[in-house]
Amino acid sequence: MTTNFLKATGVNARYGAIQVLRDLNFEVNTGEVVVILGANGAGKTTTLRAICSMVETTGSITLEGDEIVGKDTADIVRRGVAHVPQGRGTFPELSVTDNLMVGAYTRKDKEIQSDVDRWMDVFPRLRERRSQIAGSLSGGEQQMLAVARAMMSRPRLLLLDEPSLGLAPLIIEDLFRRFGDINKETGTTMLVVEQNANLALDIASRGYVLEAGQIVLSGTSEDLRTNEAVREAYLGA
Amino acid sequence: MTAISTSGQNPILSKLRSGSGVLAIALIVVVVALIPPIIDGGTKLFLQRLFDSLNNGAVYAVTAIGLVLIFKATTLINFAQGNVAMFGAYVCWAFATGWGWPVWVSIIAAMILMSAMGAGIERVLIRPFDPTDHLPVVLITFGLAAILEAFAGGIWGLEFHKFPSPFPAKPQDRFTIGGAFLRYETVGTLAVMGLMVLVVFLVLNKTKVGLAFRAVSSNTESARLVGVRTGRTLQFGWALASALGVLGACLVAKQTNLEPAFMAKLTIFAFAAATLGGLDSIGGSVIGAFIVAVVQSMLTGYGQEIAGLSWLKSNFALVLAFVLILVVLLFKPAGLYGTRRIERV
Repeated sequence: MTTNFLKATGVNARYGAIQVLRDLNFEVNTGEVVVILGANGAGKTTTLRAICSMVETTGSITLEGDEIVGKDTADIVRRGVAHVPQGRGTFPELSVTDNLMVGAYTRKDKEIQSDVDRWMDVFPRLRERRSQIAGSLSGGEQQMLAVARAMMSRPRLLLLDEPSLGLAPLIIEDLFRRFGDINKETGTTMLVVEQNANLALDIASRGYVLEAGQIVLSGTSEDLRTNEAVREAYLGA
Repeated sequence: MTAISTSGQNPILSKLRSGSGVLAIALIVVVVALIPPIIDGGTKLFLQRLFDSLNNGAVYAVTAIGLVLIFKATTLINFAQGNVAMFGAYVCWAFATGWGWPVWVSIIAAMILMSAMGAGIERVLIRPFDPTDHLPVVLITFGLAAILEAFAGGIWGLEFHKFPSPFPAKPQDRFTIGGAFLRYETVGTLAVMGLMVLVVFLVLNKTKVGLAFRAVSSNTESARLVGVRTGRTLQFGWALASALGVLGACLVAKQTNLEPAFMAKLTIFAFAAATLGGLDSIGGSVIGAFIVAVVQSMLTGYGQEIAGLSWLKSNFALVLAFVLILVVLLFKPAGLYGTRRIERV
């Protein structure tokens, strides 16, 4: 019925006494790539953490119409959400292969091994380093691993937390091209939070601008790209 | 006549601190000091002391693995590990002597029962607390150790009980190698320990729950984000650690006899072994266990013959364990095989 895969209504989130998100409203439609732009401390990471129930949250977040606020993180993941946290969130002591295997933790089908092969085809560097521990990979390789691991759960919604952070421009470009490809090939819905607006707006159809925990602007990627305030703050123009 | 040079900064000490060779140097000093008395005593005595230490080494290893499993997943020392094992040994003893069950059936039954209890302890006493706040959980494991000891005393009395041997243990049940005696029970204890290390290795590396356990140990938050139920995974760690502890206690109880505090000393040696090997390394803690056991046996055996160490009686072995823990934590906190968390960003 609903085309909203994810819908947040009046979401507040806090760390103890500090309120980070105020009355947030946004939606992500099935198959869409949506970007949330914001500066450091705007609440981008907290927004994604609120979806995964990893921060004290009030208000309503629905996934395909079902309320998920207050649900256990593991249950939300089982509903098809994969979260690539800021700083990659790989398992540094585990091998590359084990990192991918643990990404498929919630699956019970027989195609896990063939999916490992598939993502090693997409990211050949991971195949080269499959028995190395993840902690020994470079930043770019770790980000590839984090994305591949997230995709191992065959998610329907992929949450990406500042995937460009700490990476060289060429690697970032390559990474975003792959995000676009993954979205087209698998139909995975994506919610990306970024400071790097250029590349994020390239692959997104719509976006929101987050400032001090509130959404101050929303629109299509084209709208945002031409918006004067956005250009000044996030496009460096 | 003699010139004494002092330096305020003491560059040698700071060099030693950073250098990983300090433990090796300490070990070499100990070994060199032991050489004259070992030569005096002959190979037979040396072999005997070596064989005597193997049994302790195996039991320290099994107990240390239990400590390491919990530490890996939570970075917490479980001070109740030894007494959970002690309680299990009593349960085993009750099955074997009270109900007349065969020893091995009793051991396995006690391991199953205590792993269920370990799982229960995790659920009721550990999970409700914030895992990042270490003090409450450490205090809880301390309290649990005291409670278990009190209960064991209350139920089974404070007197010593003879524990049935899981291996042939008559005086003639032994091999003779180079004139020294290697007892069947030592060989049996070693074999069972080896088997358990293999089982733990396979469970951790070849099963799904093992993969989840390693994931939680490596990065708890990311483990939650791939759908691992971290509480249940830790519970599995507690169950496995408890079962291992019970096995170790049952293997050693024949030699120490059973009383409520019989695991206390042994747990300290196991802690020293785990610290030496690296608190998050299972293989390291096994190696650490044998180093501790051999050094303990040699030092307390030959130590009295080293000039100036004649006061070194066997009850000083415990002091040595503490000194070892102190030295390792001071100079090489990760131990011989532990991970220094290195991560490129």
